[in-house]
Amino acid sequence: MLRFLAHRLTLAIPTLVLASMIIFALQQLLPGDVATALTGEERDPEVIAFIRQKYHLDQPLPVRYAYWAAGVLQGDLGVSVRLQKPVAELVLEKLPVTLELACLAMLVALAIGVPMGILSAVKRGTWMDAAANGIALWGLSIPNFWLGILLILLFSVHLGWLPASGYVPPGESLVDNLRAMAMPAFVLGNAIAAVMMRHTRAAMLGVLGSDYVRTARAKGVSPLRLVLRHALPNAAIPIITLGALEFGQLLSGAVLTEQVFSVPGFGKLMVDAVFNRDFATVQGVVICTAATYIALNLAADVLSAVVNPKLRRA
Amino acid sequence: MSTGTPVTGAAGIAAPARIREPGSLAAFWRRLCARPGAVIGLAIVVAVVGMAALADVIAPYDPTATDWGAVRAAPSLAHPFGGDEVGRDVLSRIIYGARASLGAGLVSVGLAVALGLPIGLVAGYAGGWVDGAIMRLTDALLAIPFLILAIALAAFLGPSLTNAMLAIGLSATSIFVRLTRAQVRAVAAEEFVEAARAVGNPPWRIALVHILPNIVPAILVQATLTIAAAIIAEASLSFLGLGQQPPEPSWGAMLNVAKNFMEQAPWMAIWPGVSIFLAVLAFNLLGDGLRDALDPRQRT
Repeated sequence: MLRFLAHRLTLAIPTLVLASMIIFALQQLLPGDVATALTGEERDPEVIAFIRQKYHLDQPLPVRYAYWAAGVLQGDLGVSVRLQKPVAELVLEKLPVTLELACLAMLVALAIGVPMGILSAVKRGTWMDAAANGIALWGLSIPNFWLGILLILLFSVHLGWLPASGYVPPGESLVDNLRAMAMPAFVLGNAIAAVMMRHTRAAMLGVLGSDYVRTARAKGVSPLRLVLRHALPNAAIPIITLGALEFGQLLSGAVLTEQVFSVPGFGKLMVDAVFNRDFATVQGVVICTAATYIALNLAADVLSAVVNPKLRRA
Repeated sequence: MSTGTPVTGAAGIAAPARIREPGSLAAFWRRLCARPGAVIGLAIVVAVVGMAALADVIAPYDPTATDWGAVRAAPSLAHPFGGDEVGRDVLSRIIYGARASLGAGLVSVGLAVALGLPIGLVAGYAGGWVDGAIMRLTDALLAIPFLILAIALAAFLGPSLTNAMLAIGLSATSIFVRLTRAQVRAVAAEEFVEAARAVGNPPWRIALVHILPNIVPAILVQATLTIAAAIIAEASLSFLGLGQQPPEPSWGAMLNVAKNFMEQAPWMAIWPGVSIFLAVLAFNLLGDGLRDALDPRQRT
């Protein structure tokens, strides 16, 4: 297991280094002088000179990258020119909000996707299978920002049941927090539920066709017990792996959902930074997302290897 | 042509498909038409393409012309989809908006295929350190979620439809590199490729003449599904203000404005959303249908 972990780490580290190089290289796309662009609306020559010195802009590109990467490794993601705060501090401030949203969305995705996938596989070829596939296709095709707008129209504007936007910290009021997060979590979880459903269906179909399930059926095991005790535990391995990987996608989807519902998280920080030409913050958010995604990939690999020892030899 | 072991690529497609066998094109078309979902998808795609191509003829108004009498006007005979916040005809903007969405889908995926296919071909056929280097770079690109990378690229390049297309295309390239590489490695192990090598064909000829035609079906399916993702990505970028700039119409940008007028003019939000949904659904249905028709063993 240790060798497996070491092998996976040796793959993850160069991936993270290359991803950081790509993210750093984004700066080079800025039109004109990088120092002027990084200062945003600020045109004070002193500020421009400070930025030029801070980011070592008079040095060649590889040297600048080395300085930047060394800073990132020490937790220095730069300073937000708009908010005059360290980007790392901003990220740590906003991350819990997005993580809460992502966890709630994952719960929604599991609660909808897994039962629907099981039902679809067990009732293969029936109208229930067709309906579940139709719902999955709907989930994959509907833009989540539009679904958010429709839900606001229904539940906030017409029925007045849920707040249209905003965020209440759980420490302040858990009920109000959940009321504010209900629609964003559903919107974000909806697309992942469709992916979960398709994978659960495929995994269950594979397991339901295997010999040991046929034997259990022949021995007279009840259909419910057959699915829950015999088939589902084995089908769960790819679902767990997928869950970890989709968690990374949730961070990406959160950008739009947070924008629609004005949730002050990671995604909203990025969009606000984009519009204020706060490029250090944009880079900081992207590098944190990439690092999270790579860590989740690694966690998924390790989790799969823990559950399935055969993978450790792969 | 010999048959090979199916190897699942990024699109979940078995390689190699047998589109080049005599009469197989007609069989493929029959299989495609036998799937109602694929037929519906194809019909909607044709309708959207027609709408975009004939926008100048079928749109009742100029999409940027304002009419103060139609400001947030409810749907009527004169304006079947209503008017927007400055009195522009929503139906005309939906029709012209198809150009931005479809254009973004086709151009960005075209760019992703144009870059990803040759790189994947080189990685898959050359192997060794070239393959290793390309794969590590692809892994690094895939580590940055698609939309986050597209937003970051659009932010650094500046907001415009062209830059949004470029951002989406570059973000999607790694998908095609991976898929092409997986498909090439599967086809390269086939006996007919070995035979071509044995009779002295140079590597470039084996790659282009013997391998490439066999991986086209898998690329085609993935491209169709990626067009759906690209349409959503363009709408997302335009919704955030990083894509098509006003006053030019785009479904995503229309939704961005509409969210401010949901109480007064809900139709402003309904029709652009329905349009994005139908276009994306159509490409997803067509992609699923193509996959099943090209390789029935992989039927979902």
